[in-house]
Amino acid sequence: MKMNGARMVCEAIIAEGTKTVFGYPGGAIMNVYDEIYKQDGFEHILNRHEQASIHAADGYARATGEVGVAMVTSGPGFTNAVTGLATAYMDSTPMVVISGQVPLSLIGTDGFQEIDAVGISRPCTKHNYLVRELSELPRILKEAFHIARSGRPGPVLVDIPKDITAEIGEFVYPDSVNIPSYKPTTKGNKRQIDKAVEAILKAKKPLLYIGGGTVLSNASDLVRKLALMGGIPAVETLMARGVMGYNNPLLQGMLGMHGNYSSNMAMSETDLVISLGARFDDRVTGKLSEFAKYADVIHVDIDAANIGKLVDVDFPIVGDITIVLEKMILGLEGRINPERYSDWRDVLNRYNKLHPLTFQDSDEVIKPQWVVERVGKLLGKRAIITSDVGQHQMWTAQHYPFDRPRQWINSGGLGTMGFGFPAALGAKRGHPEKTVINFTGDGSILMNMQELVTASEYKIPVINIILNNHFLGMVRQWQSFFYDNRFAETDLSYQPDYKGVAQACGGIGYDVTTKEEFDKALEDAIAKDRVTFINVAINRFENVLPMVPSGGALYNMILEDQKEEK
Amino acid sequence: MADVRRVISILVENESSVLSRVSGLFAGRGYNIETLTVAPIPDTNRSRITIVTKGSKRVIEQITKQLHKLIPVYKVVEHDEMVEKEMILAKFPIEENLSNIQALCQAYNGGIANVGNNMIIGMVTDEPCRIKHFIEATKRYNPIEVVRGGVVAIER
Repeated sequence: MKMNGARMVCEAIIAEGTKTVFGYPGGAIMNVYDEIYKQDGFEHILNRHEQASIHAADGYARATGEVGVAMVTSGPGFTNAVTGLATAYMDSTPMVVISGQVPLSLIGTDGFQEIDAVGISRPCTKHNYLVRELSELPRILKEAFHIARSGRPGPVLVDIPKDITAEIGEFVYPDSVNIPSYKPTTKGNKRQIDKAVEAILKAKKPLLYIGGGTVLSNASDLVRKLALMGGIPAVETLMARGVMGYNNPLLQGMLGMHGNYSSNMAMSETDLVISLGARFDDRVTGKLSEFAKYADVIHVDIDAANIGKLVDVDFPIVGDITIVLEKMILGLEGRINPERYSDWRDVLNRYNKLHPLTFQDSDEVIKPQWVVERVGKLLGKRAIITSDVGQHQMWTAQHYPFDRPRQWINSGGLGTMGFGFPAALGAKRGHPEKTVINFTGDGSILMNMQELVTASEYKIPVINIILNNHFLGMVRQWQSFFYDNRFAETDLSYQPDYKGVAQACGGIGYDVTTKEEFDKALEDAIAKDRVTFINVAINRFENVLPMVPSGGALYNMILEDQKEEK
Repeated sequence: MADVRRVISILVENESSVLSRVSGLFAGRGYNIETLTVAPIPDTNRSRITIVTKGSKRVIEQITKQLHKLIPVYKVVEHDEMVEKEMILAKFPIEENLSNIQALCQAYNGGIANVGNNMIIGMVTDEPCRIKHFIEATKRYNPIEVVRGGVVAIER
């Protein structure tokens, strides 16, 4: 069928099954928007900033497991998208971003709104394309979706010059992809899997170290099965919250810089780390030479480059977690005895009783942890939770009762402030039946606040709970601990009227200073079904604890506030 | 971990941005490039990039794995049994002794490539470590310019 390049882009998006595209038009992408106007195969949501479009597509992808799609114009449209691309890249989100480019004849001439998008995005995309001929476009679009969702997922950028979207040519969307240089390893080496199985059977203190790869591979059920059949304790990374389920007795909690005591001690004392889709990030390991120093390591990852990158691995297994776990479970079936590790579990239970994850609640002032636990109690599994980056992110990761994978959406790798609100819009579009809560701070929320307008226009009722301490709290915490209380540029005492801002943009705002007010505000926000800011005044100097000081060993945690800092 | 020198040979799809993907990976991840050569492989749509690098064992392993992840990369060969050659051109003033320069170049698998009215150009092709000796040896003839070609290598 004959059509222009712009129509081909739309046809490909429809063929890939994407129902919602987030974007922002501009000169170089206008041809595509003209075709979007004429079609009804997908809806387009106009965010009020390109960065938000990418985060929204990211949130959509993380909540649904499908490829997110976003669209931006050339030049500043594209550069605004870079933070979103980098965020998705670091957390391996499957995403296709279409960017307009100046016409081929103008490329290299410093044309209006020209920037080298492929050059800039190379280190923050899984792959990228500059389309040079219309005849390549259908194949490139097909490949982009394939590369985004296969292997270790990631964002793919397709940069299309304006004359190519205008040109008319024959469109046949390919059924399959053939990239001879790209064949991800998924099956896992059988001999290595067998060896890993024997290592598990021989271990005395095995520990499942569960990372975000288990979410991407939809392997939660298998992870739970493996843990249960062996009675093997587990710890989750920030990206894996929900994989085990909060009430799973084998789950110790989250490990790392703000991990709980028993999780970090489990990692410090285990004799066999079973790493599933985790990548030994520095925020998880602390001082590398002390990390799991008594343990052999089984490392299952679809990305071979993650294996042996930071930690020496005894049993490297390159493959898709789901496929590898199926084989591992088959190998362990009938041979593994949960009794074998009961002493180990007892040790960890004692640690958990010794220093449970807790906080000092108060009747005078709202504690942020109380807010998180309260929302968990009221909404629990009915909600999808997103967050921005900072103290509120850690409090949410620590205290929310995550029940399933894809319930928790946050920027873990890049740590992008401003991610939470637009990601919540994407998640809500992907799962309209769920309540979507964005836990945010008074710092983060300002970095994409314009999405109030988007949320109001498209009636996407997400609830932003601003845990407001009038500080860039996490930086303030470090300044308190390591910079002798010199609060350089972290005091946010000058505040906007959050309630007023929400109202001005078509939403609802609540200022909350007591627990009762919070309950009422949340109830009202859910009932009103509109975008909301719930501005919660919390204890100003609350710290995220436990904390492993940067570069310290995991077992050296600051467990409670020193007296003078209270 | 002590640094080792490695020759890495990369087979890639011959497309416009592939060299920037490879060199950008080295720059972005802080890997070291000592020499880099690239040319199309005859009768294919592929190119071979040969890179000489230095790093710890872990870094060398990461380099090969990260290269593998690039979509247009077919194959990464990291081998310590490679036949390596490097070519070099050196320009000398015409006042220098032509026959001595010729003898020197011949000792390193080369000869005189060109003689003009004010300069002599010598050419040699040899193993990288011998190339270093050659450069050292040219110094007594006051070279005006020395151009190294970078290492090319093939598996033994």
